[in-house]
This record gives sequence, structure tokens and C-alpha cells, in this order.
Amino acid sequence: MTERIERHHYDVVVIGAGGAGLRAAIEARLAGKRVAIISKSLFGKAHTVMAEGGAAAAMGNVNPRDNWQVHFRDTMRGGKFLNNFRMAELHAKEAPERIWELETYGALFDRTKDGKISQRNFGGHEYPRLAHVGDRTGLELIRTLQQKVVSLQQEDRAEYGDYEARIRVFAETTITELILDGDRIAGAFGYRRETGEFLLFQAPAVVLATGGVGRSYKVTSNSWEYTGDGHALALRAGATLINMEFLQFHPTGMVWPPSVKGILVTESVRGDGGILKNSEGKRFMFDYVPDVFRKQYAETEEEADRWYTDPDNNRRPPELLPRDEVARAINNEVKEGRGTPAGGIYLDIASRRSAEYITKRLPSMYHQFKELADVDITKEPMEIGPTCHYVMGGVEVDPDTGAAMGTVQGLFAAGEVSGGMHGSNRLGGNSLSDLLVFGKRAGEYAARYVDGLAKRPTVPATDVEAAVETALAPLNRDTGESPYTLQQDLQAVMGDLVGIIRRKNELEDALVKLAELRERVAKVSVGGGRRYNPGWHLALDLRNMLVVSECTAKAALEREESRGGHTREDFPKMDPKWRNVNLVCSLDGDKVRLEHKPVPTMRPDLIQLFDRGELAKYLTDEELADFDALAGSVTEGASK
Amino acid sequence: MGTKRQFRIWRGDATGGDLQNFQVEVNEGEVVLDVIHRLQATQTPDLACRWNCKAGKCGSCSMEINGMPRLSCMTRMSTFDENETITVTPLRTFPVIRDLVTDVSFNYEKARETPAFAPPEGVAPGEYRMQQVDVERSQEFRKCIECYLCQNTCHVVRDHDENKKAFSGPRFFIRAAELDMHPLDARDDRKTYAQQHQGLGYCNITKCCTEVCPEHIKITDNAIIPMKERVVDRKYDPLVWLGSKIFRRHPEDDELVPAGANHALVGPESAGSSQGASTQSGVDLPDAHERSDEQEVERGVNWHRRLPPAQLPVVGANGKLGISEAAFDRSGAPSPFGDDVQFPLRTRDLNYAHPDQD
Repeated sequence: MTERIERHHYDVVVIGAGGAGLRAAIEARLAGKRVAIISKSLFGKAHTVMAEGGAAAAMGNVNPRDNWQVHFRDTMRGGKFLNNFRMAELHAKEAPERIWELETYGALFDRTKDGKISQRNFGGHEYPRLAHVGDRTGLELIRTLQQKVVSLQQEDRAEYGDYEARIRVFAETTITELILDGDRIAGAFGYRRETGEFLLFQAPAVVLATGGVGRSYKVTSNSWEYTGDGHALALRAGATLINMEFLQFHPTGMVWPPSVKGILVTESVRGDGGILKNSEGKRFMFDYVPDVFRKQYAETEEEADRWYTDPDNNRRPPELLPRDEVARAINNEVKEGRGTPAGGIYLDIASRRSAEYITKRLPSMYHQFKELADVDITKEPMEIGPTCHYVMGGVEVDPDTGAAMGTVQGLFAAGEVSGGMHGSNRLGGNSLSDLLVFGKRAGEYAARYVDGLAKRPTVPATDVEAAVETALAPLNRDTGESPYTLQQDLQAVMGDLVGIIRRKNELEDALVKLAELRERVAKVSVGGGRRYNPGWHLALDLRNMLVVSECTAKAALEREESRGGHTREDFPKMDPKWRNVNLVCSLDGDKVRLEHKPVPTMRPDLIQLFDRGELAKYLTDEELADFDALAGSVTEGASK
Repeated sequence: MGTKRQFRIWRGDATGGDLQNFQVEVNEGEVVLDVIHRLQATQTPDLACRWNCKAGKCGSCSMEINGMPRLSCMTRMSTFDENETITVTPLRTFPVIRDLVTDVSFNYEKARETPAFAPPEGVAPGEYRMQQVDVERSQEFRKCIECYLCQNTCHVVRDHDENKKAFSGPRFFIRAAELDMHPLDARDDRKTYAQQHQGLGYCNITKCCTEVCPEHIKITDNAIIPMKERVVDRKYDPLVWLGSKIFRRHPEDDELVPAGANHALVGPESAGSSQGASTQSGVDLPDAHERSDEQEVERGVNWHRRLPPAQLPVVGANGKLGISEAAFDRSGAPSPFGDDVQFPLRTRDLNYAHPDQD
């Protein structure tokens, strides 16, 4: 083989330099491991910067009644009880420590009057819980972690004379294949965007932290990086994906002007008083409160408006319902002809709060609308609609360690690329805390895994040759289609047929079209050379997008109910029988295989945090009988 | 539907390149980055350009649009005339990799050289207490999205590669200021550090960085000037200086340039003749603004005048200050301008604006 390949040896390779990746890398380095961070973009540009609202952690700084149990309950409720309970539990318990730790790295959150970290209200959270910095919390998080990495590098330089002695960032580098030795991770293969040159990392442990899959959709808040690389790498390495049918469509994305279609308008606009109106000027969310939430949400505008100043004695405005409910409501208003000219609805804060209040509370929203759309949100309403935002599904992991399930060993996943934590729907603010909690755990356990190895796996040369060949194929062909055309076609299939509202025949149609696309993607060709050639990069990402899209479409067709981020028009109700089913995708050759697997049963001490009335909406009769038996044995035990 | 617009885009790599003309469709409400994406999708699939969030939050898509350093995702097409040709070029201060993509590793090196936050000792995580009003000053600088437009526009490095070694640039001055103003940062030498290791003295406050900042951070007014003032207080106040010598409070002050090592107002004739801190000597005027010395003087304030590095006073063989008048080898006191300065002063060294100008 004549191809030059740059080789590196590390203990842990972290793929992805967003919040989860950096947190994992920091932890692995603190455990004494040599760590490589692979970043598809420049260091510090990851999609985490887009998170605006905050990081949910039950610190109880604003309302002392908040604690991990309440947070756990909110998370399970938001995920419609499909969450992996253990992940939700760990997340609720450990999030405060992870946030406080950030302060020791130099983060500066907004403060309460007594100097603690301030916390704000957010959809689905019972108490003010989101640690925030204005509306740029994601930026603060990524910058803080980035600067912590730098500070560790400075320590290493003091000790070893080299910044990169134990932690090195490979910016603008994409991993195209994981290399296995039997079932064990042996390394990762990829290329540098800048030069197009190939890299081989020999490492016994890999942490996937590659984020989501949004680029498969036309209207998305996600950047070009979000092509499901980690999902696809995991599948090809023998790991499994769960819950892939659950995608979160953020209810409030910009729909005008067209060029910024998909960009998010933070939920805090609603938390701070913004309301949703249709083209008739009606505040329509009151019509869309589902029964399960009836108790927690206001029924009149008067009560809803009182909540902002007196949340203890009033119920919440229905604008703060979980995201999927809001997204569905907007979708319905638009479908019934009460939408704006650009196909959205109005989000109005201008008529409800003073200009000064708006610019102080939502500075970057104000800035974003002024600069991008020439809309002054203190004077006029915004035009917004649902946009593909987050994938709940992802790599099936062990909740405590982040180790991928399936046949592979040495593979870990954290953040959006992992599945289970959020169930069928993620609460706003839970993603930033998710990536800190499970990023740390993945880093920690990847390091332990390396310690426990008797000998390092070796990289089979033939696999590297095959990886080189696959990577160069699109450049060596000149008969195929342009990757941009193929991406557009894929986005059209997913957006139109596997979008926010799904139907059986459309999903079947989508699977046929995806199969056709698979043939075409296999023949994709690009012009130009290997140096910073975005066409080539897209061509290599396409196959990842495709296989992940197939998982989503297959799982969406299989799940015959509506729950969280999965809405079937032909099965509009939530079905307790499906509550107990995780759909697990794996790869059989190059075909996606789908299996049913029961959702882990909640521990007694956790399920008893809920009242029976609420559980009755989610559980089957048998499960309820078990719950009653449990409750009975507890009262009996107590009375003895 | 959209109209056809004229674009000139620089294409090439480290070995060279040129501006190429394109006709592209532009629709209402689009930004320059949309047009570049359309070019990639329809005409030039391998046109290299960085971007991520497309919402002015990540700072990836920095480029020069009609000569102005801008984020292309934040540059609306409606700000140009219908028949205006739009010229897009890569950031000039950094080496080109390909087309609109430049090698910005300079910034990551400087980031690595800037000492990190030093957590206060004995304060456990969760016990940090700060007031909102105190964190707000640093928060302004933490808004930075690292687009490096300020670094790109700063004339200290824009056409002076030789200054890059000693100069960290506005991005890292605000980082130093942010840590200096952090209520709980345990280090107290951020300002002296900025002066001695980041090249703060090179900055002559032209405010170009503030002007291009897409986050509207008041880089010059809120970070650089306060840092300079406080540094100046300490360095040039003779009492403070004397105190620091006697009590050795600031041992790092010893890193000041020794007297006579490289005297003030260095002209091109002595370029490269001195050591260390004298990297300031070099080609005298940046051609960034394309003006001759005389033109610059005509215009008024000569912002590009080379500032002298901070100097230690002349000490005698015993290591002490001389008693200047009594011990001086000529009659009268030494020249306040320094002994090496020739009169009349050269025009380029003047810093004087005639009231009649402008």
C-alpha cells in the first residue's frame, strides 16, 4: 500500500469535542490516561454552543424544595416513562456536582442575590432548575471545558515539557471507521480535513461523543457535523442503537427568513413570558393541554399570567408544556390553516414585556433576530415553527459505565449519541447536564477498561487497507451523482415521510426510497482533490446518515403508538403495552435488524416517587398490580 | 424568485490563487454563507469554507467580504446593492489552507500560552459565591465566540508576521482581562502577564478589533485600556516602582528591557539589529492602511508609531541608580527625551494632530 498514514498511540480516543467529549477526555486524562480528542470542526466550535437555555441540576438555589427526586420524576415524565431509569437517576443525582465542578474550571454562571448559581424555569421542570448564563449557556459550557483541557495541557507542559504529552486535540479530523481486533476496539481510522491525509489511532478504548443526526432533515437546527457518525460507527462495530424512532422537533425554530430556517428560538422566550398565537391572534395552547398534564397547567390566561410572578400559587402557562406537545400543537394549527405566511405561528413577547426586560433577559435572541432576520423582537412577534433538533435514540449503553451494549468491547458513548437517558422525549436543559454527567462517567470507565486489559488489541492491516479504499472511493469514481444532490434527496425523504407526524404508508414508502438511495450513495462521486474538499467529506458522511435514517424509519414503522418524539397519525394514543418496549437496531451484514427488548423495570424506591394516578396513565394493568402489591407491602411493613 | 448576483471569490491554496467570478442566484432574506453553499451545491462542490451553526454563535465562518472581516452567516445580502459585485476573500492575517479556509492555529497556540483560571484554594465546589454585578464584567468577555475577526483585523499582526511571536492579540487580551476581573481567580498577575508576555504594549488602541467584533464586546474600552492603565500605574509610577524594587514585590519586573538595549523610536534602519523584546523594530508602517509616513502625519494622529518598550532605568556599576545631575558627565540634566534622540524629530515619530485638520 502506498498511502501514507499518520499513526498515533493513545489509551483513550474520544471522538467528538462537544461537551460530552471534552468532559470524557478530561476525566480520562485525570485518571492518568493518554487521550486524543477528535474534533470534526475547529476546537471549541461544537454544536454544544447552540444550547441556550441552561443546564438542569437540582441544586435548589432558587427553590429549596427542589431535589434529585423531583428532577428524576420530571425527567421520567418528560420521557413518558420510556427512559432508562438508572440513567435518569444518576443524571438527577450527579448533575449538581458536575455544574459546581465547572465553577472550579472558571465558568461564570448568572447569580442569585445570595451569590449562588441562579436557576431558571424551563418547560417540563417543576422548579426553576436551569443553571444559565443569559441565553448562551452552551457557549459557556464548551468554553469552560475547552479551557480546562488547555489548563491540563499546561500542567503537562510543566511536568513533561510538552503541552500534548497526555492530551491532544486533533481539530478538523473525521473518523470514518473503528478498527476491531475480534470484538475488541483496537483503534480508529480517519482523515484530516485540511490535508486529506489519513490517520490511524491505535487505542484500546474509544468514547463516542459525536452528537446527533439532524442533517438528515431539511429543517434542522443542527450543523453540518450532525450526520450520525457515532451512531453509524457503533452499528458497524457491532453495538446496538435504541429508541431511534424518537426525534425531538423543537417547537420554536425560526421559519423566516428562509436562510435561517431551522435555527432555534430558545424556550426561555416562553419561560420569560412569550406566548404562542395563531394567525387569528388566538393564544391557542390552552386547547392542547393533554389529560396527563391537566393538573399542572393553567386553564385561563389570567392564571397563566399570574404564574410568572407567583409560581407557588398558580399553575404553569400551557406554553411551557413539554416540547413535543408544543410542537404537535403548532403543527396542528398550521395544518388547519391558521399559520403565518411562512408556514409557522407567532411567538409574541413584544406585547407582553418591556423592551428593556427583553434585551436584558434574552440578549442573544434579540441579537440573533436583529442581525439575521432584521426583526426587532421587542417590537414585533417572531415567526416560528417546529425544527429537527435532537435525537433521543442512540447507542445502547450500560447506564453506569457508558459502555456500548452489543458484541463490541472497549466502546463507550456519552451525550446525544447515546440512547436511553431521555426516553421518548428530552426535557430542555437536560442535555447539557446529561453530557456532563455521562461524559464524565464514560471517560472514567474507559480509563478503567484500559487498566483492566491484559494486553493491547492489535490493528489488523487488512482492515486499515479496506478503510483507505472506502474513503478514497468517491474521489476515484467520476460516474456517480453529486453528494449534495443525494443529501437533498435524503433530506426530502426524511423530512416529508419520517418527519414530525408519521403514517404507515409513508414510512413504508420511505424505506423503499432509502433502499434506492443506498444504491445511489454507494456510487457517489466527487471532483477535486483531498485538501479541504467539502464535497468529499459529505460523500463520506452520507453513508452514515443513510444507515441511521434507515434505523429511524424502521423503528418508526414498527412502533404503533404515539409517544414523546414519535407521533403516528394512525396510532394517535400512547399505549401502555409499548411503554415496556425498546426497539433495538443492529447491523446484520449491511442490513438493519430490529428487535424488541423490554425496558428495564424501575426499582421499587424509585417508582414509589410517583403517585398511582399518574402511573395509571402509563403502565399496563399488570404493572399497576405490581405497584399496588409493592405499596401494600410497604404499608404493611410500616404498620408492623 | 431570486436574482442573479455577481460574486468574486478567492480560490487557491498556500502556493497562490486568484479571484474567480461567479454568477449565483440569490433569494430574499439570504446571507453570504447561503450563497456560498449554493455555489458548492451547484457549481463548485469542492469550494472550501468553514461553517457550523449558521446563527452567529460558533464563530467558524469568518472571512473578508468586500475587504471587511465578517461572519458570512451574519452578512445579509440585502445590505448590498443589487448590481454590486461581492468580493469574498479568506482572512488575511492567517496562512491560507485552501480557498476561504485559513490556518488559525496561531490563536490556539496563544490560548495555550495564556495561564488558565486558578481556582481559589480552600473553596469547595458548590461553595463559590459571587455577586451578579461582579461576574458581569468577566461575562462580557466570555461572550467571545472565537471567530478571530479581531485577531485578523489587528494591524499589529495583520501584515506583520514577525510580531506574531510576541503578540497574543485582542482575543487573548480579553481573556486576560476576564481572568483579571474574575472575582475568585487566585492569580493576581494577569495585567503584568499581559504586558510582559502577551505584548499588550504593541496595541495602540485603534479600536479596529472592537469595530469588527460580532458579539459587540467592547474589547478596547473595557479590556485593553483598563489593563493598560493599571499596568502603567505600576510600571511608571516612580514610587510604586521604587517600592517594588526595595521590597521585591514584583520580581517579574526584572523582565523589563534593560536600559539602552533598544531605545525608543526605532526606525527601519535598525530593523532586526536588537534582541528579545525589540521585535517591535521592523518595517515601520503597516501597509494595512496603505499610507506613507508623510501621509500619515498629514492625516493627524500617527497611530502606527512604534511605541518604545518599557525600560529599566540606567544603573551604575554598584547596581544602584545614579544621581543624575551630580554624576552626569555633561553640564545640566540629561535630555528628558533620552540621549539617543536626534533633533529635529522625524515626522513619523511625531504624534500630533493639528487642530485645523478634519
